[in-house]
Amino acid sequence: MGEYFALIVGAILVNNFVLGRFLGICPFLGVSKRLDTALGMAGAVVFVMTLASAVTATVNQYVLLPGAPFSVGDLAYLQTIVFIVVIAALVQIVEVILQRFAPPLYRALGIYLPLITTNCAVLGAALLSAKESHGILKATVFGTASAVGFGLALVLFASLREKLELAQVPECMRGTSIALITAGLLAMVFMGFAGLGG
Amino acid sequence: MTGAIFVLTVMGLLLGLVIGITVKFFGTEPDPKVEKIEALLPNANCGGCGFAGCSDFARALAGGKAEPNQCPSTNTETAAQIAALLGVALGVRQPKVAVVLCGGDNTKAAKAALYNGVNDCRAATLVAGGAKACLRGCLGLGACARACPFKAIEITGASLAVVHADVCTGCGKCVATCPRKLIRLVPTSATLHVLCSSPEKGAAKRKKCSAACIGCQKCVKAAAGAVSMEGALARVNYDHQPSPPGAIAEVCPTHCLQPALLDVTPVPTPAASASEVAHA
Repeated sequence: MGEYFALIVGAILVNNFVLGRFLGICPFLGVSKRLDTALGMAGAVVFVMTLASAVTATVNQYVLLPGAPFSVGDLAYLQTIVFIVVIAALVQIVEVILQRFAPPLYRALGIYLPLITTNCAVLGAALLSAKESHGILKATVFGTASAVGFGLALVLFASLREKLELAQVPECMRGTSIALITAGLLAMVFMGFAGLGG
Repeated sequence: MTGAIFVLTVMGLLLGLVIGITVKFFGTEPDPKVEKIEALLPNANCGGCGFAGCSDFARALAGGKAEPNQCPSTNTETAAQIAALLGVALGVRQPKVAVVLCGGDNTKAAKAALYNGVNDCRAATLVAGGAKACLRGCLGLGACARACPFKAIEITGASLAVVHADVCTGCGKCVATCPRKLIRLVPTSATLHVLCSSPEKGAAKRKKCSAACIGCQKCVKAAAGAVSMEGALARVNYDHQPSPPGAIAEVCPTHCLQPALLDVTPVPTPAASASEVAHA
């Protein structure tokens, strides 16, 4: 139990995907102009990362690793390409099913669902789990926690940027420059969590 | 090596099969109603309806969240067709056109500088407000003409943006584009426009442009209620159009009050009125 707790705290705060590992920077800057779109994106990422982590860990355990039940040799070096294909296909399937059975959720996630197919945070979670040799359950928990960490950073950043809209920023710093500086400050704040949870 | 090829091939086939089966059994057909509406819409994606493009508007229409006449770019017949398709009543919409509220082309308005930069009004505005002496004059570099999805705006040979009222649908893209905010949407029935937007005092304006509204108030007196003053600038009251517009337009000493949307061959006697200004 304590092991999982440390894993979750580590993924959300200490090694935050965006602010600690610098993965998923593109949506972090792209979809953080407004809080409601940031929340939509965060929801979509939690959803996809949880699913993707579970499925890729299963594929890794049952096909790729040496000695796996369906193994045809040591194929661990194929992890990146196999994972990205599996994630892309998974998102496609999920999209079709959501559109049919949960149209409100489909509309709420909107364009973000197909967009995060190739998000490096999703692939990163899968590859990190594989590197750390997490089991399927542990990988899924790690994926969810990482996604929650990503969502936390995104929502925090979006709130800051909404405030910045009203602030008097010097003209040369407006727009992307002040956003990047804010992101840097936020990343430094998250460095304060280093050492927490081991 | 063979193992890798085998695994990837099998995995590709398997995933493709699963996606195919999912789409086959769980896929949703696109709404035929939406497709039909989309075919009727202009598909210029001008955004005049307030939705993100024509297909978004079509979905909103099919979902009952929009009304057919919200689209400024369809004519009444097409809107009626869409309304019939949806089985809703068609409301009344006042058709609008854009009008550039500036008459100061190169023959009438003085230049303060020579602009050699990027050929766009927005870029020119950034450089000390553009080349024209009048800070509310049309720069004539054609940002609005390029923004227009219907190619309704022409830049005349004397560098003035002019809207072709017969082509203009009133979507309002140019209104948002013009860095000097010279373009306004007015009812198509409007017959009179003050083709000047400068809030400066009459004498100062006249030095810069012979087609400026000098604030003499002759038109205000001539047209009971149809024109009113906004500081030193006459403004046409578009809800209250005078019945014979020509008579009122004639009183304007600078011809800045025009009886109709400015034609591409504009305004009587530019040379004469310019010399008149010089003498005055």
